[in-house]
Amino acid sequence: MWEYTDKVREHFLNPKNSGTIEGDDTVVGEVGSLSCGDALRLFLKINDEGVIEDAKFQTFGCASAIASSSVLTEIVKGMTVEEAEKVSNQDIADALGGLPKEKMHCSVMGQEALEDAIRCYRGEEAAPAPEGEIVCKCFGVTDVQIRRAVIDNKLTTLEEVTNFTKAGGGCEDCHERIGELIDEIRFGVTELKPIIAEPVKFTNIKRFQLVSQTIDEEIRPALHKDGGDIELIDIEGSVVIVSLRGACVGCPSSGVTLKDFVERRLKETVEEAITVREA
Amino acid sequence: MRPVYLDNNATTMVAPEVKEAIIPLLEDEYGNPSSMHGLGGRSGKYLSEAREKVAAGLGCDPSEIIFTSCGTEGDNTAIHSAIESQPTKKHIITTRVEHPAVLNVAKHLERKGYEITLLGVDSEGRMNPDHLREAIRPDTALVSVMYANNESGVISPLEEMVEITKERGVLFHTDAVQAVGKIPLDLKKLPVDYLVLSGHKIHAPKGVGALYLRRNTPFRPFMLGGHQELGRRGGTENIPGIVGLGVAMDLAISHIDEENTRVRAMRDRLEKGLMAAIPDAMINGVEAARLPNTLSISFKYIEGEAMLLLLDQFKICASSGSACTSGSLEPSHVLRAMGVPFTYAHGSLRFSLSVYNTDEDIDLVLKQLPPIISRLREFSPFRRGDEGLDWVDDH
Repeated sequence: MWEYTDKVREHFLNPKNSGTIEGDDTVVGEVGSLSCGDALRLFLKINDEGVIEDAKFQTFGCASAIASSSVLTEIVKGMTVEEAEKVSNQDIADALGGLPKEKMHCSVMGQEALEDAIRCYRGEEAAPAPEGEIVCKCFGVTDVQIRRAVIDNKLTTLEEVTNFTKAGGGCEDCHERIGELIDEIRFGVTELKPIIAEPVKFTNIKRFQLVSQTIDEEIRPALHKDGGDIELIDIEGSVVIVSLRGACVGCPSSGVTLKDFVERRLKETVEEAITVREA
Repeated sequence: MRPVYLDNNATTMVAPEVKEAIIPLLEDEYGNPSSMHGLGGRSGKYLSEAREKVAAGLGCDPSEIIFTSCGTEGDNTAIHSAIESQPTKKHIITTRVEHPAVLNVAKHLERKGYEITLLGVDSEGRMNPDHLREAIRPDTALVSVMYANNESGVISPLEEMVEITKERGVLFHTDAVQAVGKIPLDLKKLPVDYLVLSGHKIHAPKGVGALYLRRNTPFRPFMLGGHQELGRRGGTENIPGIVGLGVAMDLAISHIDEENTRVRAMRDRLEKGLMAAIPDAMINGVEAARLPNTLSISFKYIEGEAMLLLLDQFKICASSGSACTSGSLEPSHVLRAMGVPFTYAHGSLRFSLSVYNTDEDIDLVLKQLPPIISRLREFSPFRRGDEGLDWVDDH
């Protein structure tokens, strides 16, 4: 059982401002994905003076993710965009009276959604891909995100980096690289690797939605005709992982179905970079 | 208010009869069985009576029972013993869905140079004995397969797997922590070499377990020390725990029919009721032979920890395979091995019943869980396409 503060419990049991806002003066920030186990969509209604008049959220996640989203909307309401920009993940955690260290990534998610919404308000390229090289492939965390968490929160261990960013919480292959990043920052190694940002068209949530919509509305009905079925298992970057079911299992043409039908349709409807593989 | 306790695969309440039997051991009967005086002698008698009860429950000889401190110790001892007694064999077969008490020992041995084969399961959590047949090699030291899975409740095809293993002359260990007391089990018909059980899963206190060691099976102790347990497990015996385990074993045997009738009926009613009331839900392992007390159910678009905390408001105790409840960041290794999609794995709940549950307990869950799910789904950013695609629009 996690030891949650009363504030966390309060915001979880009675979340403030859950829901959506519509309108021309509303911007949206998105972060996370279903496969990561948490996702947040933040709505900000910003007036002509640049003041956040209203804020709402939709969250998929644990109690601390829901509480972080709820308290975030309370914090930013009434702020100017410039003020909101300075809100850090620590501010979110503090407003909740603290979070268990394993749950700090929930506050980071709040801060990232806020940043995404502000970027959207400024009319900057809508939700660019996280800058930098992907260090943690399991959770899609880049070196830039890790560096930032290390510097902002004065992190010194791998465990802390995992608690704040989730990086390293899966297959553990990146543990060495995370250790190097921590050392670079702590011991002043300044030779930072050049940052090459890959242009990505979608946020994780949007890609997920489009892929699952295409599968549900087009691909599954087509496979059903032959007694087959398909299940979306996960999306890692632009790799879509599926599981073939029903008559597709053991069918000699299932490989062809996967590449020539499923992958081709997803490339057409979602993005060219998509590849499909079986779980 | 009494909790509605539906987490019996995690631990169980101590049965009143067990508590009653333990109390004298905490009062006047504090002797050490090794001592040469009447007080010690009486403890020795308690010890042998408990051993007989446990042996009777499993259908084996009392000399084949070694008392341990927990299931994890039993698993460690069995694996340790199998490999130490066959130093030239460097291959171990186990499964992807084992308890960490086996999986992490296997991982540790892999780092020390052993080769580990992990058998998978299908989407219903079922193992395929043919995969075992193909995996056994001349240098296989041990096959370790759990009797029934703690998360999904799926029962392994143990008879067939033991037969395949024995044909090749390989040792077989089973972690039966979840099976004992829930399904009939008879070691006279199942020639495993090692079997592990844990007291606190069958209404005995925590801190006691037993390892069954088939006669003539090679053995190397894991815990070195005194001559206790015929030199097979050093350390002064946990007499109160062991006495509790003996009584709990008797009770478990007397409850086995009720487990498979009344408890199963309650589980089935819970399962059907939830599936009827909640859309976008699925039962994990629905097609497989399952323990009568276990229900693993997943709900799309929401996360397990949030559900558990809201259930806790009604004093309903259950557990989840979601990442957030365990402190790890990835959902349950069992559900992942079954290929349960991430969209479902994060939203999984496990209800595990016991003979102490009542129909009212099931009524309460059927009443309270559906609104909890709707409420969490209301503020989830993910939902079924037909509820509006407003959150896909560009911004």
